[in-house]
Amino acid sequence: MTGLLATVDAQTIVDAIGLGAVYALMAVGIGLVFGVLRLVNFAYGQLVMAGAYTLAFTSSWPVVWSIVACFAVVIALSLAMERVVFRPLRTQSPTVMLVTTFAVAFLLQSVALIIDVRDDTIGEAAASVAPLNQAVTVAGTDIRKVVFVAVGVAVLSLGLLAVLLGRTTIGLQMRAAAADFRTARLIGVQADRVIGLAVLLSGVLAAIVAVILTVQFPLVTPDFALRDTIVVLVGVVVGGIDRLWTATLGGFAIGFATGVINGALPTDKTVFLPALVFALVVLVLLLRPAGLFARGRASVVDRV
Amino acid sequence: MRRRADLLLQLAAPTVLVAVVGIASNFVSRSNEIYFLNALVSVAIVVAIYVFVGNSGVLSFGQISFVAVGAFAAGVMTVPLESKVGVLPDLFPLLRDHTLGNVPSLLLAAVVGAVLALVVGLPLMRLSGLAAGIATFAVLEITHNLLREWVKIGPGATTLSLVPESTGALQATVGALVVIGIAFAYQQSRFGRMLRATREDGAAAQAVGIDVHLQRLWAFILSGALAGFAGGLYVHMLGSITTEQVYLELTFLTLAMLVVGGATSLWGAVVGALAVSGLDAFLGNAEDGVHVGVTLNLFDGARLVVLGALMAAMLILRPSGITGGREFALRRPRSNA
Repeated sequence: MTGLLATVDAQTIVDAIGLGAVYALMAVGIGLVFGVLRLVNFAYGQLVMAGAYTLAFTSSWPVVWSIVACFAVVIALSLAMERVVFRPLRTQSPTVMLVTTFAVAFLLQSVALIIDVRDDTIGEAAASVAPLNQAVTVAGTDIRKVVFVAVGVAVLSLGLLAVLLGRTTIGLQMRAAAADFRTARLIGVQADRVIGLAVLLSGVLAAIVAVILTVQFPLVTPDFALRDTIVVLVGVVVGGIDRLWTATLGGFAIGFATGVINGALPTDKTVFLPALVFALVVLVLLLRPAGLFARGRASVVDRV
Repeated sequence: MRRRADLLLQLAAPTVLVAVVGIASNFVSRSNEIYFLNALVSVAIVVAIYVFVGNSGVLSFGQISFVAVGAFAAGVMTVPLESKVGVLPDLFPLLRDHTLGNVPSLLLAAVVGAVLALVVGLPLMRLSGLAAGIATFAVLEITHNLLREWVKIGPGATTLSLVPESTGALQATVGALVVIGIAFAYQQSRFGRMLRATREDGAAAQAVGIDVHLQRLWAFILSGALAGFAGGLYVHMLGSITTEQVYLELTFLTLAMLVVGGATSLWGAVVGALAVSGLDAFLGNAEDGVHVGVTLNLFDGARLVVLGALMAAMLILRPSGITGGREFALRRPRSNA
């Protein structure tokens, strides 16, 4: 174990923090919607994918406009998803909602494939945002600019979110709705407004993630962010899906762990990275079934 | 007496349906036979998933990993010895120097599936329902990663070929019927009833002394065994297989089948598997252009778009599926239960 840890250098830690920040943002996006709707949105990765494709298809535009287009597309898709899919499902069980978003994810991915292969190749390059990926060297460690952006944006977004949830009326309503939706409605919280805001914020976060991921991985394919979504969903469960901050910490933790294990593994063993990360997940769940950061064993999802 | 007749009918309906598909596959052209075999193997896989998901009400994205290990166990162990050293040189000597017949390989697939289900089920089944469902993704990822990269236990990222194609119409039909029979026996058993009680009302089930997590674990292991067996049928039908064929797309397809049919009944699982397989075959043909009154020519990839849209629409409009999640019956009780 010490031999493994010895190979973890500053570079690895920096990259791991960068990945953890991105996953934390995705975890917040998933956790916000889960809070008010009790809906695990498996199609969240496809929002990110749509944003990435927008960046790729608009790569001849000025970067700023390209990013604006990305935000517009992702937010519109997020709101449309709420209207067409989430709203009719509101009264269904969490399981039915999860399978439905799974179907929506495959639907969007297939649509993306059809749009993508019109030029007979799979994958589109997002060239215009690539310069953000340049590195600056601080004390012998290469830090890519986008890592600063990722960590900065993550801290800023989470800070703003904390203010919104903790200091404003609508934030209070959202927390009330997350705690007990029916009672919140009875005392005058408008359901559509709260849900709409949660979906909007989760769309904004997806767009941010789309920009950061596309900068790091400029080749956009239909399964862009699919694997990341699975990792984040598992991370959210590991952290504790019931509360937003435990879900966020779970997202960060699995991203950070992935980065550190990746750096610590000998190069010829990195192919086993997913198996190791998920084996660690199973181990953590064995020790703390209610979530890594959860208090006690109670769960609001079901009390079984 | 009436109750016994109803029960008999519940088993007979899916049995007859599968048998009809099996017999029909003998009367179609060679090029169409594969669609029938595929439908029958799909029935086996979907019913295996149903044993856990349907009876427990806990969603699992991980059951295809048991299909995967079953398929690769049965496949690797039936590649003829004389070609094995050449195509799979890196295997453990135990695997490399032995070979199994058709039926033993299917049994091995079931055992491997059950063992993996036990190992991962122990930690995962302690979670609450929704969390357990998402955590099963971990199983799918671990299995896929190991099968794809570890060349000592299989072909790695390359295609496993030279597997005897022993799943013809007879083996596919009998295999699907065996899985249906076991699933039916389980759901009529004490264990099956206890698990369904936890699905309907977890608190009430616990109050009468049912250990929810233990019952889920039993079903998970049985489902793993049946899924492994179905994986064995699958690899013997295809003759060659890659790890990508038993991964996310198959997970999506089989879940779509279960949900479209009606996840809470055996009849629903069978009907859904056959209906979606039929539609899938039709759409697959349509991508190449088929003639149905007018010539229909879908662009590539439209198959998954249609299936995804169908599954989403089904869940939104009729979440209980084609069968309403009920077993087959000629008459329904009056009360709107």
